[in-house]
Amino acid sequence: MVNTQKETTVIVGGGHAAGALMTTLLQKKYQNEVVLVGEEIHPPYQRPPLSKNYLAGDVGQDSLYLKPCSVYEVAGHQLRLGLRAEQIDRDKKIIRLSDQDTLKYGRLVLATGSHVRRLNAPGADLKGIHYLHDMADSDALREQLLPGKRLVIVGGGYIGLEVAATAVKKGLNVTVLEAAERLMQRVTGPEISSFFLAKHRDAGVDVCLNTAVIGFEADNQDRVAGVTLENGGTVPADIVLVSIGIMPETALAEAAGLPCDDGIVVDEYTCTGDPDILAIGDCTRHRNLFFEQPQRMESVANAVDQARTAAATLMGEDKPYDAAPWFWSNQYDVRLQMVGLSKDHDQRVVRGNPRDGSFAVFYMREGHLIAVDAVNLPMAFMVGKKLVYLRKRVSSEALSDVDVDLKSLV
Amino acid sequence: MEPLVIRGREALGKVTFIEHDNTEHVTEFEAGSTLMQVAVDNAIPGIDGDCGGECACGTCHMIVADEWFDKTGDTPGDDEEQMLSMTPERAKTSRLGCQIKTTEAMDGIIVYLPEFQM
Ligand SMILES: Cc1cc2nc3c(=O)[nH]c(=O)nc-3n(C[C@H](O)[C@H](O)[C@H](O)COP(=O)(O)OP(=O)(O)OC[C@H]3O[C@@H](n4cnc5c(N)ncnc54)[C@H](O)[C@@H]3O)c2cc1C
Ligand code: FES
Repeated sequence: MVNTQKETTVIVGGGHAAGALMTTLLQKKYQNEVVLVGEEIHPPYQRPPLSKNYLAGDVGQDSLYLKPCSVYEVAGHQLRLGLRAEQIDRDKKIIRLSDQDTLKYGRLVLATGSHVRRLNAPGADLKGIHYLHDMADSDALREQLLPGKRLVIVGGGYIGLEVAATAVKKGLNVTVLEAAERLMQRVTGPEISSFFLAKHRDAGVDVCLNTAVIGFEADNQDRVAGVTLENGGTVPADIVLVSIGIMPETALAEAAGLPCDDGIVVDEYTCTGDPDILAIGDCTRHRNLFFEQPQRMESVANAVDQARTAAATLMGEDKPYDAAPWFWSNQYDVRLQMVGLSKDHDQRVVRGNPRDGSFAVFYMREGHLIAVDAVNLPMAFMVGKKLVYLRKRVSSEALSDVDVDLKSLV
Repeated sequence: MEPLVIRGREALGKVTFIEHDNTEHVTEFEAGSTLMQVAVDNAIPGIDGDCGGECACGTCHMIVADEWFDKTGDTPGDDEEQMLSMTPERAKTSRLGCQIKTTEAMDGIIVYLPEFQM
């Protein structure tokens, strides 16, 4: 049963999911008091620009904030920033904060996000080795992006590649080291990987595939001077960015005995095993009616969609999470937009020609469209959003024929 | 609804957002913002703006009142046109709110919000 008493709803974590939840609760005029506890000193902000235009210095800090603080406060909600939630006492329904204060909750929403995966290798603690997850990381990296410096990026995923694009434009000598045989392998198909490989090489980035890193070399001041490779070579470096993925932040939930399995386990209503505790965003392994299997996602779309689901659940509405995931990445003049998950496809259909810089890849499974990756072709993404959600059966001839209006397939 | 002070910059004018159920929200806007950001900053229901203004998500669809359309600057660019093409409540004066930069000439503008975003 939904508790209709006016108890405080506490949100732990101050990232995109937490911010989107606050927003939705404001829009829906949620009557309970909401207190957000966030470890960073910033009100909820967007991370995507941290590897894109914010890193480049094209937009300022205030454009990252989802909302000005005053908006939350006008509505009577509280942001308690710079504080970490250390422990959940589920019997007393209390959380303990890093300043030793305690907070009583009626409902608790965990939106603790993720932390970066660290490279466990000799020399990994040297100065000059960066990770990129929050605003402070982006600021620290930007300071180092000076023309002529040698930046080595470990990991050819979308964050590493976005940084490569930003840095090479600033006149750095950029090398990307990727252990797999192609770029962004985890999230996209070979056509898109090849397209971006060519794009980066044309821009002057030295991309090395099948290249695993085993350690770092230091200069005589304990600064990184090179990256050692499994195949025996060394790549000289002034700055290193390690960008090899993230891990869900589940420690708080695990210590409280909530079920976790590479993510806090939640159902399609964002409920954990405890009826008074919900969890949303990067930290969850969740049910989404769109998929048969539980998923873990690292995207803004998932953070906001789960936040909206949680808001509905908190307000006693029956609105399960049921959405096709989507994503975007900007590199140079290219906008990649993706919808669905392509990994289980059995057929790929390409529309348009990659050489023209504008094309799309449609991923099918047993004749049904399961994902689309669109490169500078927003129409394919928007049509894909509809067709993929419906898992529509579409003819591959029609998808590849540029004379067929994509809209007519919906 | 009281106009709220936004990101601490100077207000340039007022905008009226009208939800699909006719609820009106009058808010102030400032220079160098976009209509999507103004709506999001003020928690106006009916605008999501999920990609933060990158023209990448299509969740900031707005319908500009006919008489104000000229004041919103350019007609939609090709990307924006493609992003709007599947919008169920598409109208002649549909725009993506994140692609409309606020200017002084927009003081008093009226904008309608769709029932659903993509
Ligand atoms: C550089 C970069 C670029 C990205 N680009 C894109 C993109 O183009 N498109 C896209 O869709 N996604 C992108 N993402 C991913 C996207 O930003 C995340 O999926 C999203 O931020 C997840 O939101 P979240 O709220 O779950 O987690 P987060 O945004 O990580 O927020 C979690 C917050 O909780 C706080 N916290 C954790 N534990 C505690 C605790 N115990 N007490 C208090 N506070 C705590 C953390 O400090 C953090 O601020 C990018 C991410 C990064 C880092
Ligand atoms: S905010 Fe995403 S397209 Fe406008």
